[in-house]
Amino acid sequence: MLQKITVMGGVDKNGHPEPIRRLDIHPGEVLAVVGPTGAGKTQLIADIEQYREGEAPTGRQVLIDGHPYAHDPLNPGPRHLVAEVSQKMNFIIDTTVEAFLARHARVRAIASPETVINTVLTVANQLAGEPLSPTDNLTRLSGGQARALMVGDVALISNAPVVLVDEIENAGIDRLSAMAILSAHGKMVLVVTHDPTLMLMAGRRVIMKNGGMHQLHRTTPAEIAIMETLAAREKDISRLRDTLRSGQQITDNVPNKETQETWQAFYCTARSTSAGRSAR
Amino acid sequence: MSLRFVIVAGPPSSGKTSAMLHTIAHLKKSGMPVAACKIDCLETADDRRYRQLGIPVAIGLSEYLCPDHFYAVNLEEVWSWARQQNAEVLILETAGLCHRCAPAVEGCLTICVIDNLVGLETPKKIGPMLSTADIIAITKGDMVSQAEKEVFRDAVETVNPGARVIHVNGLSGQGSLALKRAILATRPLEKITGQALRYSMPAATCSYCAGETIVGGSFQMGNIKKIDFGESESCCKK
Repeated sequence: MLQKITVMGGVDKNGHPEPIRRLDIHPGEVLAVVGPTGAGKTQLIADIEQYREGEAPTGRQVLIDGHPYAHDPLNPGPRHLVAEVSQKMNFIIDTTVEAFLARHARVRAIASPETVINTVLTVANQLAGEPLSPTDNLTRLSGGQARALMVGDVALISNAPVVLVDEIENAGIDRLSAMAILSAHGKMVLVVTHDPTLMLMAGRRVIMKNGGMHQLHRTTPAEIAIMETLAAREKDISRLRDTLRSGQQITDNVPNKETQETWQAFYCTARSTSAGRSAR
Repeated sequence: MSLRFVIVAGPPSSGKTSAMLHTIAHLKKSGMPVAACKIDCLETADDRRYRQLGIPVAIGLSEYLCPDHFYAVNLEEVWSWARQQNAEVLILETAGLCHRCAPAVEGCLTICVIDNLVGLETPKKIGPMLSTADIIAITKGDMVSQAEKEVFRDAVETVNPGARVIHVNGLSGQGSLALKRAILATRPLEKITGQALRYSMPAATCSYCAGETIVGGSFQMGNIKKIDFGESESCCKK
């Protein structure tokens, strides 16, 4: 059982040591990787995925339970440690959902494939806006259905202890439920995101800047409160989306307009709690 | 006078050159002198890409000859050329086109490059080029789901259970460090002369080898093999 993944700091794009010198990630933790485009978020994920050993360009070293990954060609170390879900991925195999999941379950030597396949389908249907059937062709799935199926499959069939998630916010699925499903069973989840709700859903977030790990914040109670408000608001939005998509009209019960003060209050709290504080 | 002799083969557009460009860059950073040779059929532009790395580059075009036979008869010459360049690693990239041959040679590190987009049956169809390789580099993994990556890897390992599989991204260079390490871990070869091909080449000695172009039995001489249509013959006579 994997206890810990450690990233030892390397250098940023200018070759200066990155401020965060050590980052430990533990089972059951969700870590958000945030920062502007080009700040090095995806590179950090890639470094972890290939267990960097201090080589260029980032000079980071990745330790598994405190030890460097065994790069011995004769003994290539743990195999199924990391699974990835990204927005760029597509299904390309021309077969049915059911047949494919069965094949994947066989590759992963899963004892009772039928049960797992049913669970994956249930999960996928919970995440996708439109239902997906076991006899659907993989390559004909919509973007949202495909992403939902990938999440269910990574959570239940791949079942790797480390899950890397790259920008699934625009994938057309219920991403908060997706994160909850992925982080279940004591997995370590790293999520690259531009979405404030996902950032605050993580217990910690590492802020990337100019290729380096710049700051590390623990989510404050005030931020958790904001996250809950945002999540509730998103539920309202998604309910509204379903209502409108199903052809209904809204004629009464119009909610009050958002008062600006509420948001100002949020920003003030956010500033006061996170100023100067960076959790280890 | 020893040399790490690395043979890189794979279907067209699988990402052989891209994967090797990143790997060579890593080797150069480690101070390892590298030379590259590309063997192709009619034309190639890959030499330009290799040259951008500032390393010695040679090209061999087989033209009217079977590229695999051309490759085999030039191994000694490629070796001597690389030694003259004072290289300690030679990357010999060859276009595996007919999927009948395998360029793997005993004592050389053979890398087969195959991409995730080719379908689950393809590892079987690629044949000895894949089954005799030491390392199988799987590219374009960023474009398919985690599940397909795992299923495809399994299909590859079924064909060649002894090989080491490395996922490589030819665009970002992800995985090329592992290739570099594998190359550095290869024992240098003292000489190529006398080393054995891991898979025999097909015979090719018929009239078409000599330039015949006309279709028909009376134009065919030499090593001729005809299709056995079995029992389906009777239904055609009706």
